[in-house]
Amino acid sequence: MLKYILPLILFIVLAVFLALGLNLHPNEIPSPLIGKPAPAFSAPKLQAPAEKLSQTDLKGKVWLFNVWASWCASCRSEHPILNQLAQTKAAIIVGLNYKDDPEAALGWLAQLGNPYDVSIMDQDGRIGIDWGVYGVPETFVVDKQGLIRYKHTGPVTPEDVQQTFLPLIAKLQAEN
Amino acid sequence: MKRLSIILLLVLSGMARAGVEYREFASPEQQQAYENLTSELRCLVCQNQTIADSNAELAADLRRQVYEMLQQGKSKQDIAQFMTDRYGDFVLYNPPFKLKTGLLWIGPVMFLLIGLIAVFLFARRKKTAATVEMSVEQQQKIRSLLEKGDRS
Repeated sequence: MLKYILPLILFIVLAVFLALGLNLHPNEIPSPLIGKPAPAFSAPKLQAPAEKLSQTDLKGKVWLFNVWASWCASCRSEHPILNQLAQTKAAIIVGLNYKDDPEAALGWLAQLGNPYDVSIMDQDGRIGIDWGVYGVPETFVVDKQGLIRYKHTGPVTPEDVQQTFLPLIAKLQAEN
Repeated sequence: MKRLSIILLLVLSGMARAGVEYREFASPEQQQAYENLTSELRCLVCQNQTIADSNAELAADLRRQVYEMLQQGKSKQDIAQFMTDRYGDFVLYNPPFKLKTGLLWIGPVMFLLIGLIAVFLFARRKKTAATVEMSVEQQQKIRSLLEKGDRS
């Protein structure tokens, strides 16, 4: 009897492991920054390079930090969803224009619409390194205390907005 | 013609060099530290390459970061810490032993042990199967047959 059951058990174990493996996302690396203060930055604004924005300017507000670039193909698919999210006015959306040409970036916003309350420039990628950015687009949610509460890697989908972002933002807006 | 093409190739070879990063180090130790670090840090874009191997832009930025930190006199530990603070243990090719990485370190030993136990059990079962056990009745039958044979 065991002779027949043992291969079956082995097969089930193997099948379970393989099935789990199919649903893993090895490209999504959990960020060690969750629950930590947002890394400090002070960077020129894309639309007004003479002015700078720092993370302290956003204290007391719930904000999204979206890493984007005009050279990034998946940012293009994400863009309309960000535009819709911006219309809900649920939270401030700050863009990090990552390793981009300012002119190309401004052209992109003029063409596709601008969901960002403000975009800052990170032409040499240093702010990106501080935030642990390894793939564009990435989206962080920062609470009123300035703590990073969530990180999304890859383009945000409408389901992500409905199921994750909006509920989380509502919860953080209710916090003091 | 041959001479001309050699000259042309020599002139053009400078362009090939332009793609290689040129770094100056204060000491051979610092260069060694740079080489060790860049070959121990994972490029997060192309996850099976070190940042020394990878041509991805992020890898180039991280190499620059390592270089600058070494120039500032930071130790290897400082730099490894800087990277794990931002990218997690995954950035290290040699991750520390923790609860989360436990399976990674113990896994191979565990599988080796399971394999050895399986081989041991299998070998023992084979051995016992070789000796055929007989019931009391069978033994009596053999004995009676042998005795019959003796009489005739």
